[in-house]
Amino acid sequence: MIDIPWTTRIALRALRVNKMRSALTMLGIIIGVGAVIAMLAVGTGASRQIAEQISSMGSNLLIVMPGSVTSGGLRMGFGSQSTLTLDDADAILRECPAVQDVAPSLGGAAQVVYGNLNWSTNVQGTTSGILVVRDWAIAQGRPMTDEDIRSSAKVALLGQTVVENLFGGINPLDQMIRIKKIPFKVVGVLDSKGQSVMGQDQDDVIYVPVTTAQKKLFGTAFPGMVRNITVKARSMDDLDPAEKQIKELLRQRHRISARQDEDFSIRNLTQMMQVTEQSTKVMTLLLGAIASVSLLVGGIGIMNIMLVSVTERTREIGIRMAIGAKTWDIRLQFIMEAIILSLIGGSIGIIVGFSSSEVISMVAGWRTIVSLPSALIAFVFSGMVGIFFGFYPAHKASLLNPIDALRYE
Amino acid sequence: MKLIEAREVTKVYSLGDIDVRALEKVSVTIEKGEFLSIMGPSGSGKSTFMNIIGCLDKPTDGQYLLEGVDVGSLSRDDLAAIRNQKIGFVFQGFNLLPRTSALENVELPLLYNSVPVKEREERAVRALKIVGLEGRGRHHPNQLSGGQQQRVAIARAIVNDAPIILADEPTGNLDTKTSQEIMELFQKLNSDSAITVILVTHEADIATYSRRVIRFLDGHLVSDEQQGSRGEPLNPSVRG
Repeated sequence: MIDIPWTTRIALRALRVNKMRSALTMLGIIIGVGAVIAMLAVGTGASRQIAEQISSMGSNLLIVMPGSVTSGGLRMGFGSQSTLTLDDADAILRECPAVQDVAPSLGGAAQVVYGNLNWSTNVQGTTSGILVVRDWAIAQGRPMTDEDIRSSAKVALLGQTVVENLFGGINPLDQMIRIKKIPFKVVGVLDSKGQSVMGQDQDDVIYVPVTTAQKKLFGTAFPGMVRNITVKARSMDDLDPAEKQIKELLRQRHRISARQDEDFSIRNLTQMMQVTEQSTKVMTLLLGAIASVSLLVGGIGIMNIMLVSVTERTREIGIRMAIGAKTWDIRLQFIMEAIILSLIGGSIGIIVGFSSSEVISMVAGWRTIVSLPSALIAFVFSGMVGIFFGFYPAHKASLLNPIDALRYE
Repeated sequence: MKLIEAREVTKVYSLGDIDVRALEKVSVTIEKGEFLSIMGPSGSGKSTFMNIIGCLDKPTDGQYLLEGVDVGSLSRDDLAAIRNQKIGFVFQGFNLLPRTSALENVELPLLYNSVPVKEREERAVRALKIVGLEGRGRHHPNQLSGGQQQRVAIARAIVNDAPIILADEPTGNLDTKTSQEIMELFQKLNSDSAITVILVTHEADIATYSRRVIRFLDGHLVSDEQQGSRGEPLNPSVRG
């Protein structure tokens, strides 16, 4: 029944009369919407980054580390003595039903040479399980095989950073590199993974068969020793059962009595990362909530101006009522003004939010993600702010007595 | 059927402890097609009576029947609808919307009557033509003279084909010559379109354009006379 285009035109005209006032009122909404979008963009960017880092690390991971050892009443720190072996790793895979795959590893820093270039990198001896455990794909060549492990083959998988630093533009496949002066054949190149949650370059790595690392590169205190074992559980729900099963199995294998401390420890990496992710999400919400306060303040600004406007235009309201405007006609007219104020403010706010997110990511170097839904929500929300804060002044206008309103000077 | 029938209409305003009796048992009947003046000094109750006739206010006591409908029992929005369709207001201060073109001012009652855009414009243009403002539709009130503004207000009053024009001191802000033109326009609308014109005025000179004059004093109706109007012979149909 109400003519929307006409009402809109009337509202726009009323807003144009007081350009400065309308602009300042809008500014409240612009800042509010802009702040909400920018803050959500910062928060979303941060949690996306963490989520990606977590998934780049591989999912549902447990790490079995050598534990503290008590020798002669002296308790040593974690990892003070290696107690884990390749056989432990095989046993975990074989006997723990909740475990999908394992990757034992033994390694350290080593100088690597190709031609006249050399590079110090992290060389890890591991098994074919590493690619499954870390959800890592081969970019080029082939993965490590069980045959490589059995025969202690001198083959290597190279991370992207190593390839860049040693090979420049040359195809590294089937080239010979020397690790600690021992020649290895490059059989594969790994996909790029980027930074870890801790900020380490995950691509600066070389994988060689664990047996080769034990015998040729790093040496071991006892045969079959590994530094740690990364375990992938079958699913998120299997993480806890897997931890329990591994604990039981290793206690048994290491002959630890019920009263003794374990000589290993198990860390739930995924859980740790999820805590980080959770706290980022909380931070996002917090930022958004703080920004929403400014949107609220903007809404109060709209209400304030609308109340002034109703008082100023009492006579106009009286004329409209005398001519036949019903309660809702008057109400809609003022609500429409509030909505237009807040929607125009909201639209500009979206642009401001987008550009300030860009500025933040450029200046601070943070990753920001402006999602379309967040812009849409901010826009709809600003419209609702208009309706909410416009309603009371509009309602007040609609309750005026036409006779008094007509006489108002 | 009687167009307007006031039966012992009483209006009491309470100002704090004091009750002000603005109208005391006023009974008037107005037939369709009449041209009537309501006169009286300020405070006599004529404005209160006009507000009640115009459905801007309700009587405290008594009945007001408009086309046989008891207005006293209607809701706020129902009264708005009656004002929209039955009554065209013309005010002393013109009361046009500022920053709004003459055409849009005239269209306003049609808008609140949900008339489609195209028809709205056609009817507004026609109404402006009737009041002699053809081609002035795009002008804003501040670009028009007082007389022209009042003509726009009259166009707004007739655009919805309301049977009644209620004019409150319509010439109060106009010079003598323009007043004369406006009054002649009312006469023309009254005779050509059979619109009932009810005029509130305290100028005896203006009241001479009407054929019937009722006078208020201290809230009472004190006289009700037929007369020959200026420029027209005494209308035989209402002479007695």
